[in-house]
Amino acid sequence: MLWTDGFGMFGRGLDPWSEFQRIENEMNRVLSRFVSPSTGDFPAVNIWTDGEEILVTTEIPGIDAGAIDISVTGKTLILKGAREPEQLDEGNSYHRRERWYGQFTKAIELPFTINAEKVGARFANGILTITLPRSEAEKPKKITIKSA
Amino acid sequence: MADKSKEMQKKEIEKTDLVERTRATKIYNPDVDIIEGKDRIVVIADMPGVNENSVEVTLEDNVLTIYGRVDWDVPERMKLTHAEYGIGDYQRIFTISGEINREKIQANVKDGVLKLVMPKNNMPKMKKIAVKAG
Repeated sequence: MLWTDGFGMFGRGLDPWSEFQRIENEMNRVLSRFVSPSTGDFPAVNIWTDGEEILVTTEIPGIDAGAIDISVTGKTLILKGAREPEQLDEGNSYHRRERWYGQFTKAIELPFTINAEKVGARFANGILTITLPRSEAEKPKKITIKSA
Repeated sequence: MADKSKEMQKKEIEKTDLVERTRATKIYNPDVDIIEGKDRIVVIADMPGVNENSVEVTLEDNVLTIYGRVDWDVPERMKLTHAEYGIGDYQRIFTISGEINREKIQANVKDGVLKLVMPKNNMPKMKKIAVKAG
């Protein structure tokens, strides 16, 4: 931030606190460029794209592949699943418990409309990979210019 | 269900002062559960991306090291447009007590979860010495 503005900066408004508000807004604006637009809910996802297809990966180890629910509507991908806690035998106790368990639902906004018929999913080594091809109707059309 | 433990981010190991690394990847701390029973200790670690061939478990003296290598590639034409988690190897080091029967440790990996079963020694190492009045 430049201070060369001097007193003029506070002089612009009557309320000096508005300046702090302005700084906060500015900070948020700068930070928002680095922070993703998505919610950040569990599970964390990475999204890859090449304009024709989207690849969504997520790390959900220890889940039964059959218990993962994937649905696509338009530009939204919804992931649902659950992981049960370890069943403790009589007399056993936790020394450390860091692993997650429970249910999750996550909605992911995709950059373009998906051809829901052709969505593919693969679950290997605890990583779920979903391939989502762009809907044909939405693909950019190339327009050729005719010479007169 | 908003389970608190699920909100935790993948934790990257900041310092690896024990070993010099030759692989240019990040290393993450896997989340673990340690369960103690009467006759065994079970360590469960979430290490998505590893399989039975890429995980190494070593026990040297009393130091148990879990290391998982993650090899992952995306199609070259793809660009990462949104990232919520980082990809890298896993490592975690524990000190274990001497009561573990080292010969009978079992390890298996399924769906990115490593499970180590470490049976305890039945033979008590400590011997109580009776103190007689002189």
